[in-house]
Formats: sequence, structure tokens, C-alpha cells
Amino acid sequence: MKNGDVAIDVSGLTVRRGGRRVLHGVTVAVPAGQVVGLLGPSGGGKSTLIRAVVGVQVVESGAVTVLGSPAGSPQLRRRVGYVTQSPSVYADLTVRENVRYFGSLVGADQSAAEEAIALVDLGSHAEVRVQNLSGGQRSRASLAAALVGRPELLVLDEPTVGLDPVLRRDLWALFSRLAAEGRSLLVSSHVMDEATRCDRLLLLRNGRILADTTPDGLLAETGAADAESAFLALIEREVAA
Amino acid sequence: MNPRLAFLTGGRVLRQIKADPRTVGLLVVVPCVLMGLLAWMYHGTPIFDLIGAALLGVFPFVVMFVVTSVATLRERTSGTLERLLTTPLGKADFMIGYAIAFGIAAVVQAVVAAAFAVWVCGLSIAGALWVLILVAVLDAVLGMAFGLLASGFARTEFQAVQFMPALVLPQVLLCGLLVPRDQLPDVLRWLSDVLPLSYAVDAMQRVTTSADVAGDLVSDVLVILAWIVASLLLGSLTLRRRTP
Repeated sequence: MKNGDVAIDVSGLTVRRGGRRVLHGVTVAVPAGQVVGLLGPSGGGKSTLIRAVVGVQVVESGAVTVLGSPAGSPQLRRRVGYVTQSPSVYADLTVRENVRYFGSLVGADQSAAEEAIALVDLGSHAEVRVQNLSGGQRSRASLAAALVGRPELLVLDEPTVGLDPVLRRDLWALFSRLAAEGRSLLVSSHVMDEATRCDRLLLLRNGRILADTTPDGLLAETGAADAESAFLALIEREVAA
Repeated sequence: MNPRLAFLTGGRVLRQIKADPRTVGLLVVVPCVLMGLLAWMYHGTPIFDLIGAALLGVFPFVVMFVVTSVATLRERTSGTLERLLTTPLGKADFMIGYAIAFGIAAVVQAVVAAAFAVWVCGLSIAGALWVLILVAVLDAVLGMAFGLLASGFARTEFQAVQFMPALVLPQVLLCGLLVPRDQLPDVLRWLSDVLPLSYAVDAMQRVTTSADVAGDLVSDVLVILAWIVASLLLGSLTLRRRTP
């Protein structure tokens, strides 16, 4: 995928969950070959938007196009890697068994599985059952199960939540490396500090896109010193308007 | 449908079963203990020969129902099913994968339980032992397919476990074990004519009472097979790629 292409195109997306509208006509484009952060407070609709992108969310109206096809199309299932918010791997299997199984579904061989395990730094824990791993190790095992197929687009729902600062830094460095290889990433987080690690930012609050910008653009626009105060400034501006 | 992905999924489920030795132990030992208990209770009477084989069909059905419905429900609640449905794995592949894995577990269970009943408990059968085992395996696979279907309607583990008394016990009551099916009140007899366990028990009883019941036995087996296929098809309809 060339730079300047669009990986995800969302237009007028409205989603209702449990009788409540959680996305209100969201329109946004995610460029290819970049790390795009989807930031905002919990309950703002981040997971719902992500579920719509991978095609597992019932939507009320609007269109989601992923890598040129409607979200959830059969032809996308090898090209998109999805990591759910809570680690979705089998607790009673080892890391290696999990990654090999998910890899085999997308046609990845065993050496690809070893590569993916090494990428998330779980090489020394490959033979450990997931139920005996720490929370952070579990979420990395879940990430490896998505990386194994070398998907063109990675959609990650809060992959760094609960990780220590060193691991978080390492993972964001990994995301940048993947983007440099030409892969596209949509990464959600509710930690505003992580905004600075993205190429682009989407701020989602109460089911609406508050900002679609770059980290520098966000700071320049709001005159704030850091991402957190910039986000607060944007919210105050919206409330005042 | 992609048979390769179904087999890969079956292999993964088997690895999960293998990782839990206590479940494997329970699967194999519990039906044998129950058969032994029954043989002991009715020691010196002809009753064990009458109902032993029928219960040999009921136990694997019940055990596989519970194990399968909980296993697939776990897949739904842990988020792994949502993830799987974003991969090339089809819904039918998922169901067939589970059917392969638990079908193999059912074969092991039925072979051990039938051999134990005949060689240890002294169950006398008029037909061939391999026919008894074959029917026991089919009954276990039926329980598995029924469990897969039931788990589609359960939202929590509590609900899944309670489907056992709700969906299985009425079948046990109406299958002819307590009151011969032709002596049931009309409405109940019609009901028992529809329920799959009736045919499972009928088939087991035919194997024990006569060596030559080919025609009836085949029609019982065909009904059981039809229920297995129908349950798997209906079960795959309960898998939704998109959820609210």
C-alpha cells in the first residue's frame, strides 16, 4: 500500500448499542502506512468504532470501507489483524500453540509464529500456558496472534493498557517499525500521553470525532503543552460552542 | 466451507481437552462408575440387562451435552469467537471443528464405557459388541451436537448448565426407560417420537435384545444421524459474525 492511500474510510457511521446511540454519524479517514491513534475517554465509542472496522459490529447506518472493500468482507479476513480489548487467546494453551493456531487460519507457517512471538518479546515464555502469564504478557500473546499473519492493517483495541512504561515504549516502537514496513495501524488508547507516539490522532468523545490531526498539530492548535491539556482544551472549546 | 480450517480447529480443541487431564478422566471414568453402580444395585436380577444398555446410551449423551455446551460458551464469552470470525474461518468450519474434536472424545468415552459394561459388569447383549459401541458413539455425538446448539441460546455459564435439566431430563423421562413409549399418553408419545434420545435408547435396546433387527436398527440410526446434522446446521446459524 502506497503512502497517501486510505486504509480505512468511515462515512456517516451511526451505531446503537443497548438502545443508546454510541456513534453519531462518524466520518473519518485513516491513512495507510501510519500509526493512527484513536484516543478518548472510556465509554466514548472507541471499541465500537474498532468493532465496526473489523466488521463484527451491527451498524445502524453509514459505511465503513477497509483496504478498498466493505468492512468484514471475506477478502479482508487475511489482510486485517484484530486484537480485542481483553486478551482473546486460549488460556489453557501455550503461547506457541495459540500463535500457531491463529497463524494456521491465515496461512502462516511455524517460522512466522516464532517470529511473531519474538516480536512481542515472549520467546522465553513460548511454552507457558496463557493462564500462567501476567496480564501484560497475556495481552502481548494476544497481539502476537494478530501479528503472525503479517496483516496489511492491524486494528488494536487498547493494546498497551496495564503495561509497565518500558513495555509500552517497546510496543509503540514496534508499531512504528511495522508502519515503516508499510503496514497500517489503528491503535486505541485512553492514555493521552500515548498521543505523542502516533503519526496521526483521532480524538473520539461521546461518539463524535473531536479532532483529526497530528500530534504537533494538536499542540499548535490548542497552544497546550501536552496532549492531555490539549484534549481538555478541545473539550472546553466544544462545550463553550 | 474449508475442511482444512475445520481440522485445524478440531486439533486445537483436542489440545485444549488434553491440557485438562481431570476433564479427560471424568469423561472416561464417570460413565463406567455409573454402569458399575447400576450393575451392583441390580445384582442377581435380570433388570441390569434390560436397562443397562439403554443407560449406556444416556450417560454419554448427557456428559457430552454438558461438556460441549460449556466449552463453546467459553469461546463466546472469552472473545476468541469474535476474533475467529474476523479470520478466514467459516461458521461451518468452527462447528465441524468442534464436532471432530468432541466426536473423537465421544468415541473414546463410548468404547471404554461399552467395554466396561460388557466385560466387567457382565452386560449380556444379543447383538454384536461393535454395533453396541457404534450406537453408543452416535449417542455421544448426538449429545455433543445438541450441546453445541444449546450453547447458542445461553448467554452465561449458569444458563448453559441449566439447559441440562431443561433440555435433557425431559428426554430421559420420555425415552422409554421409565414407561415403555407405547404406553405413554398420546401427546407424550408423539413428543417422544420426535425427541432424539428416544431413538438413541431404542437402538441400544434393540442391540441387546436381538441379534437380528437390522431394519429397525438402521432406521433408528438414520434418525439419530439426521438429528446430529440438523443440530449442527441450526447451531451454526446461532453464530453471528456481527453482534449488537
